[in-house]
Amino acid sequence: MAVAIVIAALVLISIAFQFLTPWWRTPLESNWRSIDTALDITLWVCGFFFIVLNLFLAYSIVRYRHRQGHRAHYDPESVALERRLTVWTAVGIAALLAPGLIAWKEYVTVPKDAAVFEAVGQQWQWSFRFPGKDGVLGTVSSRNVSPDNPFGLDPDDPFGRDDVLVDGSEVHLPRGQPVKAVLRSKDVLHDFFVPQIRAKMDLVPGMVTYFWFTPTRTGRFDLLCAELCGVSHYAMRGALVVDEKPAFDAWLSEQPTFSQLMAEAGRPAPASALAANGGRSAALASPASSVN
Amino acid sequence: MAYTTIADDTRPLHHPKTWVGKYVWSQDHKVIALQYSMTAIGIGVVALVLSNLMRLQLGFPDTFKFITPSSYLQYVTMHGMIMVIYLLTALLLGGFGNYLIPLMLGARDMVFPFVNMLSYWVYLLAVLVLVASFFAPGGPTGAGWTLYPPQSILEGTPGHEWGIILMLTSLAIFIVAFTMGGLNYVTTVLQARTRGMTLMRMPCSIWGIFVATILGLLAFPALFVGAVMMMLDRLIGTSFFMPALVSMGQQTNFNGGSPILFQHLFWFFGHPEVYIVALPAFGIVSDLISCHARKNVFGYRMMVWAIVVIGVLSLFVWAHHMYVSGMNPYFGFFFATSTLVIAVPTAIKVYNWLLTLWRGDIHLRVPMLFAIGFIFTFIHGGLTGLFLGNVSVDVPLSDTMFVVGHFHMVMGVSPILVIFGAIYHWYPKITGRMWNAMLGQIHFWVTFLGVYAIYLPMHYLGFLGVPRRYYALGETAFIPHSAHVANEVITIAALIVGVAQLVFFYNMIWSYFRGPKADPNPWGATTLEWQTPHTPPEHGNWGPKLPVVYRWAYDYSVPGAPQDFIPQNVPPDGIARHHAT
Repeated sequence: MAVAIVIAALVLISIAFQFLTPWWRTPLESNWRSIDTALDITLWVCGFFFIVLNLFLAYSIVRYRHRQGHRAHYDPESVALERRLTVWTAVGIAALLAPGLIAWKEYVTVPKDAAVFEAVGQQWQWSFRFPGKDGVLGTVSSRNVSPDNPFGLDPDDPFGRDDVLVDGSEVHLPRGQPVKAVLRSKDVLHDFFVPQIRAKMDLVPGMVTYFWFTPTRTGRFDLLCAELCGVSHYAMRGALVVDEKPAFDAWLSEQPTFSQLMAEAGRPAPASALAANGGRSAALASPASSVN
Repeated sequence: MAYTTIADDTRPLHHPKTWVGKYVWSQDHKVIALQYSMTAIGIGVVALVLSNLMRLQLGFPDTFKFITPSSYLQYVTMHGMIMVIYLLTALLLGGFGNYLIPLMLGARDMVFPFVNMLSYWVYLLAVLVLVASFFAPGGPTGAGWTLYPPQSILEGTPGHEWGIILMLTSLAIFIVAFTMGGLNYVTTVLQARTRGMTLMRMPCSIWGIFVATILGLLAFPALFVGAVMMMLDRLIGTSFFMPALVSMGQQTNFNGGSPILFQHLFWFFGHPEVYIVALPAFGIVSDLISCHARKNVFGYRMMVWAIVVIGVLSLFVWAHHMYVSGMNPYFGFFFATSTLVIAVPTAIKVYNWLLTLWRGDIHLRVPMLFAIGFIFTFIHGGLTGLFLGNVSVDVPLSDTMFVVGHFHMVMGVSPILVIFGAIYHWYPKITGRMWNAMLGQIHFWVTFLGVYAIYLPMHYLGFLGVPRRYYALGETAFIPHSAHVANEVITIAALIVGVAQLVFFYNMIWSYFRGPKADPNPWGATTLEWQTPHTPPEHGNWGPKLPVVYRWAYDYSVPGAPQDFIPQNVPPDGIARHHAT
């Protein structure tokens, strides 16, 4: 008897918790409302089943608890009832799967006008690269990585020379512009996670992964690593700063390009090969990045 | 067909002549079951302590100087791996599988008693190798229980020197042990059932254990090859999982491997593993509910088919652990669909448990309380699984505390509640003594309410975006102070639940020596293990003659019958009734 009351009470507490909780999604600051919607639908469908099934459980215990002289019914099965329950469950499942898959279709379809930037992970810091005026990320190889060339760019690749390298943990992006985040790791798995953006993806050494989003509000957001990457995983922090376009452009122009860094490092400045590719807009860039 | 001479042949029993032969190098499935269970529970206590240490760090950061980021990750890793493999798998299959299969099927022992004995000793070796890693230079591995390369074998992860080698070795040894035990269970179920025990008369417990064992035999090889390949990468510098990479600023010689290949191998094992743990629990809880509600399992045939269908489907859902792993994102469509399809047979099982209670005669004894607790936690954990299976909903939640909350509810707490219920249920048969009901009640209430207090808030921290496997949250703008308070509350609840298990151990040990003598069939159960001539059953189980089975396992409250149960070995009574078996 007590167990029935407690189960009913736990259902009520869970409902109350849902409405009173101080811990809920951070405000959405990207285009991914469809993810939040799919989550809401999943929550309502699951919440309905949670409440109905557990209250039925509690009621059954109260109603059919053992009493002197009471005897259970002999009731082996009911094919019709089981079939009905199966169908209705399938309907409930389909109702939450459909919005999930629709959102996923959007997730895997990068808009044609998405700008490109690259996030590079290593134990335990972030760095970032923009494609520069030619709109193309230069070729990289982890074999090229050295203190002078932390991104592992190929010095002979003309597309890489104008790449803008951000060797700090803070990256800026323009508000309202769809961006394709191209992800690369130098050592182990990492994961690019900004809770307000919702979308995330692993960084995998040996390959280039991607996802896309559109920042919708200016501000500064915590960037976390969400894939265990070793002892200082918890301290691998960065920041995503969303600016209006002019402020973003100003920030970007202050960052050094690969040729500038090479020059500072005392290497011969690579000949400018940008003219031939200068016509391509950064906004229409496609990733030409690859690793060996 | 159901009957073979193997079952009735007393010659291969090897009656032991010495104490050592009876209790140490024993080939009796009941002794082996207890050896498996004791070892599993022993190492499980280590994992429980590790979880409390982990919680101390999360609830009270900067308080315990001995918990460093390295040791924290080591606690996380060893807690997870021990609980999933060395406790749950070993206890449910090696423990309950060994004890129940011959007794419930009316066999004298497993078909291969010597291999069965070997299985336990090899398992013990696996546990010892695992324990050795705590004492190895650098300590045990801290790579997370998923052991994802490249970090698991690189500098920057605790235990990359010896811990990971011992972990992989231990896993490989465990799989050898499991294979010996598993082949035995499957063969015994197929070959050694007594006369009249058709497959569709087997109790649900046996169906769950049987299908779980088949799953294990199919899934563990993937982990085995993964472990061997990683071992080669670690020891002789192959590059199965290792691409060209720069570790701590140093170029390495690895080239061309794929970290994602390991994830596929791991989860091809790892997802069926969830069901290797869940299916025996499903089966056992069906029998507990049926027995203590004095009512047949509602829709037995559907329950059996649901177990089989869940088992088959569980081999096709593994990549739902990898939606944001960087694998081809288009796989998400397939794996989300297959994952949500598996919810249908799972839901049927829940409905049928509830419908078994409906119009029953529910005795709220301690095993039944645990079974009811299981229904609640499993509904909760099953439903949150729909969030994570539903590909795009998984994206913001993956690698957050929501995942931790979900999998602990569904494959931590739920099977553990069933295990406790099962121990209370079968304890009188195993020991011949009865436990103390008051202590059992206290154990149930603290554990059940405690775990909900632990895991419900975790889901909400996950909604907020609090990542898992974090040594400290530090100053993070989106995490309010109240989340730190939540972590303190969770930690306190976890400590209480941890300590409450002492009540269970005290009850079990005290009752073994001082408990009142138990009735041979105290619950009025129908299944064969309660009909043995001796309690506890002696070597050979059945005395001179095997039982013969005349009916299914669920003849409870049959109209017209004098008692509210008819054991499976009672001959037909001429009472007309309508059911399939």
